[in-house]
Amino acid sequence: MIALLKGESPETAPEGCTGSVGVVETKYYTFAEPPESLQLESGGTLGPVTLAYETYGELNREKSNAILVLHALSGDAHAAGFHPREEDPGWWDAMIGPGKPFDTDRYFLICSNVIGGCKGSTGPSSLDPRTGRPYGTKFPFITIADMVHAQRRLIDFLGIEKLLCVAGGSMGGMQALQWVASYPERVRSAIPVATALKHSPQQIAFNEVGRQSIMADPAWREGNYYETGQPERGLSVARMIGHITFMSDKSMEEKFSRKLKNGQLSFKFDADFEVEGYLRYRGAKFVKRFDANSYLYITKAMDYFDLSGGKLINGRTLDTRVLVISFQSDWLYPSYQSQEIVRQLKLNKVDATYCELRATYGHDAFLVELEGQTTLIHHFLEKTYLGERNGNGNRR
Amino acid sequence: METAAEGIRPDHQVIFEMIEPGARVLDLGCGTGDLLDLLAQEKDARVQGIELDERAIYECVRKGLSVCQSDIESGLAEYPDGSFDYVILNQSLQEIRKVDFLLREALRVGEKIIVGFPNFAYLRARLCLFFGGRAPMTPSLPNRWHDTPNVRFLSISDFRAFCAEKGFVVEKAIFLNGRKTIAFWPNLRALNSIFLLSLPAGQ
Repeated sequence: MIALLKGESPETAPEGCTGSVGVVETKYYTFAEPPESLQLESGGTLGPVTLAYETYGELNREKSNAILVLHALSGDAHAAGFHPREEDPGWWDAMIGPGKPFDTDRYFLICSNVIGGCKGSTGPSSLDPRTGRPYGTKFPFITIADMVHAQRRLIDFLGIEKLLCVAGGSMGGMQALQWVASYPERVRSAIPVATALKHSPQQIAFNEVGRQSIMADPAWREGNYYETGQPERGLSVARMIGHITFMSDKSMEEKFSRKLKNGQLSFKFDADFEVEGYLRYRGAKFVKRFDANSYLYITKAMDYFDLSGGKLINGRTLDTRVLVISFQSDWLYPSYQSQEIVRQLKLNKVDATYCELRATYGHDAFLVELEGQTTLIHHFLEKTYLGERNGNGNRR
Repeated sequence: METAAEGIRPDHQVIFEMIEPGARVLDLGCGTGDLLDLLAQEKDARVQGIELDERAIYECVRKGLSVCQSDIESGLAEYPDGSFDYVILNQSLQEIRKVDFLLREALRVGEKIIVGFPNFAYLRARLCLFFGGRAPMTPSLPNRWHDTPNVRFLSISDFRAFCAEKGFVVEKAIFLNGRKTIAFWPNLRALNSIFLLSLPAGQ
């Protein structure tokens, strides 16, 4: 998903730089060192745990302006700004920066790579301290809740008692919901975007095809490929499937139609159509930056996630405000799933705002169609921050 | 829209006066949230809205209001019984198909409901039909027959009869012609009416 955004939105071009947080660096926080370890939902343990994270803006004296931004399946800690000598900005750069909805002149933004990831946080490609070799499939199974528990340690480390907001799209939205379920007293507001309380069989099915594609590649070698090279074919096919599910019929028609790459049919199994070339390009680009085992572990975590049937609120009284956003053309995370989140919130008298935005880009809309999101998130955050939540009897 | 007291829409003013401070209020079809904003600001009411239009929702969020996107007829199902002191259904009753169902749902979710609608039996509407032989157009019924969102055409007397038939208690009824309140012959003289309804005790 990151890849689609990069270089395509005019606001994110390096020369455009308006409202950019500028050059940023990734930091690292390590915890759960022996004898301590992070207890996982599966019953397993993990330790030591390192989280790669970035921050933008400044924490105020009251520590009341911190926002945790949560990334999707293929995202990382680099949410905004530029790394030295890199052309592409962070994955949500269009939303984070001075004057942007996540306004770094006003708020302190934090984004960390999830555990199980491959961008600096502990994951299957990290060295297992017991063997001195990469974990591979010896890495314990992790869940969305485990990711959130690890993030909570980071937030503790940063000295923040209560986050102003947790926000993210897709798997990032799942983490935002998990924060509400696990640590409601530590979040003033949450913005789950284009997400669900649980994966439908269709969503699990797409993930399973991706996983099978990786595991069917002989180069996967049961996950022990770190010396021989990763299963690039399998991983790229998984990514190609992913990209199809992120787009909509309409956006694909607009972007590719049946345009030919070379003006004529080749009568070979080459990429004749632009859409074929695009998918191959995305697949090839993805394998350069993402670990196949991380893909397996993280998609499994998404499939295991389930806060349906009252598990989101658990009958508690919450004063967390929630802004739920979905996109009309998103068929991977259809609006009915967001409406189910809203239903749970209403049933439990949680302060909820919901809007389905008109958008043509399918699931990718949360990264590329920014107009509606910008307006809603900007005002929602501002009112929450200033304590002007209107008409809920407890202005702060 | 106006927030200064003198700029308040007359129907909003009437509804505003019906609601006591600190009440829990749900506005069905809250539009850009002017009435809810007023209730929150001036009466410290705990307010929520339901609205279908995306742009109107942006305006509500800009005001700091909580609003969920839904059509009016399906937006109530998720609320537990007695979630609100008042459920407002202002100027949208005439656009509703399942009127009986919706009002019962509103009375389940709210202790009382406030219903505002344009009066189809207003004098000018009658003249329009009787002498002009044309479908009525009045300040409260401004659309032509082919572009009106209204699907129900009711008078104040119709609604009173409906409430009697369904067993709804009319606690208050205010009739308006512009800013003026109409006391006599409202079914002939009022453009708009606002009813405060509840269920009989024990129901």
